[in-house]
Amino acid sequence: MAKNGEKLFIKGNEAISRGAIAAGLKCYFGYPITPQNDIPEYMSAALPAAGGEFVQAESEVAAANMLIGSASCGVRCMTSSSSPGVSLKQEAISYLAGSQLPAVIVNMSRGGPGLGDIGPSQGDYFQSTKGGGHGDYRTLVLAPGTCQEAYDLIIEAFDLAFKYRNPVMILGDAIIGQMKEPVITWTPEEKAHDEGLNWRIEGAEGRDHRIIKSLFLSEGSLAEHNKTLQDKYDDMAKHTKQELFETEDAELIVVAYGSIGRIVKSTIRKMRAQGHKVGLFRPITLYPFPSQELKSLAEQGKKFLTIEHNLGQMVEDVRLSIRTIRDSDFFGFMPGNLPTPDDFEEPILKSLGGK
Amino acid sequence: MSEQEILAFDKADAIVDVPTHYCPGCQHGVAQRLAGELLSEMGLTENTLLVTSIGCSVFLYNYLKVDSVEAPHGRAPAVATGVKRARGDKFVLSYQGDGDLASIGMAEIMHCANRGEKVSIIFVNNTVYGMTGGQMAPTTLEGQKTTTSPAGRNPAKEGLPIRMAEIIGQLGGTAYSARVALNNVKNIRKAKKAMKKAFEVQQAGLGFGFVELLATCPTNWRMTPIQANERIENEMIPYFPLGVYKDVTAED
Ligand SMILES: Cc1ncc(C[n+]2csc(CCOP(=O)(O)OP(=O)(O)O)c2C)c(N)n1
Ligand code: SF4
Repeated sequence: MAKNGEKLFIKGNEAISRGAIAAGLKCYFGYPITPQNDIPEYMSAALPAAGGEFVQAESEVAAANMLIGSASCGVRCMTSSSSPGVSLKQEAISYLAGSQLPAVIVNMSRGGPGLGDIGPSQGDYFQSTKGGGHGDYRTLVLAPGTCQEAYDLIIEAFDLAFKYRNPVMILGDAIIGQMKEPVITWTPEEKAHDEGLNWRIEGAEGRDHRIIKSLFLSEGSLAEHNKTLQDKYDDMAKHTKQELFETEDAELIVVAYGSIGRIVKSTIRKMRAQGHKVGLFRPITLYPFPSQELKSLAEQGKKFLTIEHNLGQMVEDVRLSIRTIRDSDFFGFMPGNLPTPDDFEEPILKSLGGK
Repeated sequence: MSEQEILAFDKADAIVDVPTHYCPGCQHGVAQRLAGELLSEMGLTENTLLVTSIGCSVFLYNYLKVDSVEAPHGRAPAVATGVKRARGDKFVLSYQGDGDLASIGMAEIMHCANRGEKVSIIFVNNTVYGMTGGQMAPTTLEGQKTTTSPAGRNPAKEGLPIRMAEIIGQLGGTAYSARVALNNVKNIRKAKKAMKKAFEVQQAGLGFGFVELLATCPTNWRMTPIQANERIENEMIPYFPLGVYKDVTAED
């Protein structure tokens, strides 16, 4: 399905931007915040050149609401930001989910809470995977571990958004946004799921008018609507994705996602060379969480250690997944600092030695 | 229809034939009727994308026969921007109350106008939050009693009522900004003319079009519809002068 691959040495933020344009992005709405500024900067020149629309909004609130407008027209649209900005977008994300509108939101997260710092962190796991805005809704969340994966996943994000008519989030961090790696670009030949959209607004010509809304006041209608949404979330469970590295004979499975998953991979390489039986489970979809796949490793009698760049968020999903069989240890690397593979050796050794 | 009733004129084709939910004497109905008539007369019904807002007008999408999307409280100008950027070939209309537009949505309206988005916004100023039960709005008049200004709005603590048509008229991207009133037939005719102008500047690609309508909320004003019309004349118009604040098509 790929065409015109080019090998580039680029930042994760640029990979995201190029991938989105290759996916057929029509409208981008953004607002500056470190460490994702390369995205609006890239889009401001490249998207108009590709025939799309770029708007630097007055705020993250406005940018995310512009997304509602474009999404309701059935075009591919996205916004990007970093943690404090994504908090502001949550109002619109809840409305996108409630109105069943497809859109992509990129979070290159940074340290928090509050203003935090501009360094990397995984402190937005709860916000991304558990809603973040009001009401019972879910956002599909994809977490790239390399710049290439960032490119590939944003293309997939648009397909999933249209397949489910639901917001999809790319959850990266300051590491993935700012590091440079070789990326092979590709352009999907077809856009999946966005033909014949019989829900979009386009002018009520020769038919009854359409209404895109999230207000359901009449008796029972909100319950009915929530049931529809829930069925959709159940169906999304098919879309789990993960990377397994050296898990087969491993005694201990380290669960880590995004750039931390990738750093842990280096630790595991080193420790394997020293004869330690350790492996990596890297969830790529954070919602839906790959619970079944993790559980089947627990059934093989393996031990678990969850490593995150926060004080313990994904570990709750890990524990829920394997709870009937065993528990997971946890090691949280403090937000605001940048870990190296060596930082994870000691906690892995400790878990290996534990019961 | 009884024998005494004579159908004097038909409803416009852009207007859905259903009863509205408004209180007796509320002028949201008048404003929306004018919008519907204009869409029909200007041949825009099938070409219009409507952005509706929060407040008593939230059900406007049920009353106009046009494709619509509902915006969060105050964000209609941002949603309308997104719609217009995605479908530059369509006529984009939005409709907001004063709490919606001048309070929570102040940033969105200012920047939408300033960017010169080619959309038309109808702004209903009834000096009060209608839907939530009569709280103070940014447009509440000095001394006006509301449920959250029980002693009357006090400018020393709450500031003076905001004049939106003047503010919007100051912004570079605005092509047309006017204030009209719905308190009598003559003013209603003028209101329709102003709305038409706001629609025309969008069609001509000249920029942002804005019409502020002084309207009644008899329920929260605790008045009869007739008293409410008198209040527009005697209290509102003196503070909110009617007129055109910007018109890029006017010749010097
Ligand atoms: C974020 C948010 N805050 C508050 C509300 C509650 N709310 C609903 S309508 C409204 C006031 C609307 O007043 P106005 O815009 O003046 O319209 P009117 O009802 O007078 O026509 C408010 C505050 C809401 N829906 N969303
Ligand atoms: S509360 Fe006021 S604005 Fe709302 S419908 Fe009644 S009269 Fe109209």
